[in-house]
Amino acid sequence: MKTNSLQYKLWMSGTGLFLCFFLVIHLLGNLQLFLPPDRAREQFNWYSHLLAGNIIIEIIAYVLYASIIGHTVYAIILTVKKSKANGTKYVYDKRGVSSVWYSRNMGLLGTIIFLFLIIHFKDFWYQYKFTNLPLDAKGNKDLYTIVEKAYQQLWYVLVYEVALIALGFHLLHGFFSAARTLGVFHPKYVRWVKVVGWVYTTVIILGFMAMPVYVYLNSL
Amino acid sequence: MRLKLKIWRQEAATQPGAMVDYMLDDVSEHMSFLEMIDLLNETLVGKGERVVEFDHDCREGICGQCGMMINGRAHGPLPNTTTCQLHMRSFKDGDTIYIEPFRAAAFPIVRDLKIDRSGFDRVIQAGGFISASTGQPPEANSILISHDVTEAAFDAAACIGCGACVATCKNSSAALFTSAKITHLALLPQGKLEAADRVVNMVDQMEAEGFGHCSNTEACEVECPQSISVLHIARMNFEYNKALVMKP
Ligand code: HEM
Ligand code: FES
Repeated sequence: MKTNSLQYKLWMSGTGLFLCFFLVIHLLGNLQLFLPPDRAREQFNWYSHLLAGNIIIEIIAYVLYASIIGHTVYAIILTVKKSKANGTKYVYDKRGVSSVWYSRNMGLLGTIIFLFLIIHFKDFWYQYKFTNLPLDAKGNKDLYTIVEKAYQQLWYVLVYEVALIALGFHLLHGFFSAARTLGVFHPKYVRWVKVVGWVYTTVIILGFMAMPVYVYLNSL
Repeated sequence: MRLKLKIWRQEAATQPGAMVDYMLDDVSEHMSFLEMIDLLNETLVGKGERVVEFDHDCREGICGQCGMMINGRAHGPLPNTTTCQLHMRSFKDGDTIYIEPFRAAAFPIVRDLKIDRSGFDRVIQAGGFISASTGQPPEANSILISHDVTEAAFDAAACIGCGACVATCKNSSAALFTSAKITHLALLPQGKLEAADRVVNMVDQMEAEGFGHCSNTEACEVECPQSISVLHIARMNFEYNKALVMKP
């Protein structure tokens, strides 16, 4: 059996769905930011410390890094292959009318997400793992203050909202597309996948979008 | 009516092509799109110029030969219609119409609007058949099959291989074409036996021909003259994944 685009797509859907699963855990954990500021600080820092010391979380973290890298690498390979497959361009092209725009622009949406991830990792992940943060009253690293400071800047909140909208459209197509790549073909389940994809995307994206806004408004 | 046509002219695969403008008078709205090009070609013959070459055969929407890009869409503005079944009543007097060949690296241009779709044939040759020993035809009722399954297999078999799915796909993927054949045979008792080999061989051939991957935009189903469902692509993926796991 030779390697082919279908196998690459399987990797994309596997890594993509793992990232989708990760977003659920990430959202649930971060809901603690909605507590009143003082309790939020204590809880959030305690939770971050808990995760940092857990072997299972560590394994999940490595799968996460691998998924982001793998997903991006296969996205690039497939994009190069498809440009080759397209050959010469149409002089007059109105093909867009027969599909939705976000399904055709997964690469663009993914690039926005990727740029966002660099900022996101640099400002929180890197700070937490590789710098000496001040400790809170309980002796845990005070990640909450970093988060709070970041979201007190309006432009920073806006960057997050834009990136999350891009992620939302990526998920709207991605969730359903991954199920199809895996081979869900029965009309009964195909309908459900569409519904679940919509509900999943709405909950995840609205949840994440609310966090920076909430912290920003609280700081006014 | 009077039309302004912008048509892709290209001598051969190896030569560059370009859009050329033509004015055409006296087009009747009852003409099919191909008859409109016939009319243009008569005027070109009158002037001693080379005619616009295009593929066609049945002119009744069943052979799949007449594919071309009309105003930026495969087979023109109507969904699920072949070019020969598109009529000039879909256009109005004074319109400008862009006409180009289907474009994909796997479909080299032969001349003007004619393309070489033999890549599709090779995908079929790679596995779109059942191995049956020849001899007397067997008793038809000796293989049991339900009505629903025959209908579903027939829906898949309805593909006419026109190539609109490839032309309209942003990745020039042949997934709809290939999956229709795979599903057609995977549903039937005779085809089930070789399903795993078939799907692997046909998918590999699709790759070797230089078709792109499927991004599930579903544009192909919209343009397909036979309304072949994109769920066949899901079925192909299922059969392929099953083969990845189960095939020795
Ligand atoms: C690092 C930035 C990212 C890039 C560059 C990217 C790029 C892409 C591209 C180009 C596709 C379409 C593949 C195709 O042509 O069919 C895709 C699909 C997908 N993406 Fe992403 N993506 C990124 C991040 C993410 C994230 C963060 C998630 C989930 C949380 C995700 C989930 C998915 C899923 C589920 C699919 C569908 C796979 C399939 O069709 O089988 N992606 N991605
Ligand atoms: S000429 Fe046969 S389908 Fe159009």
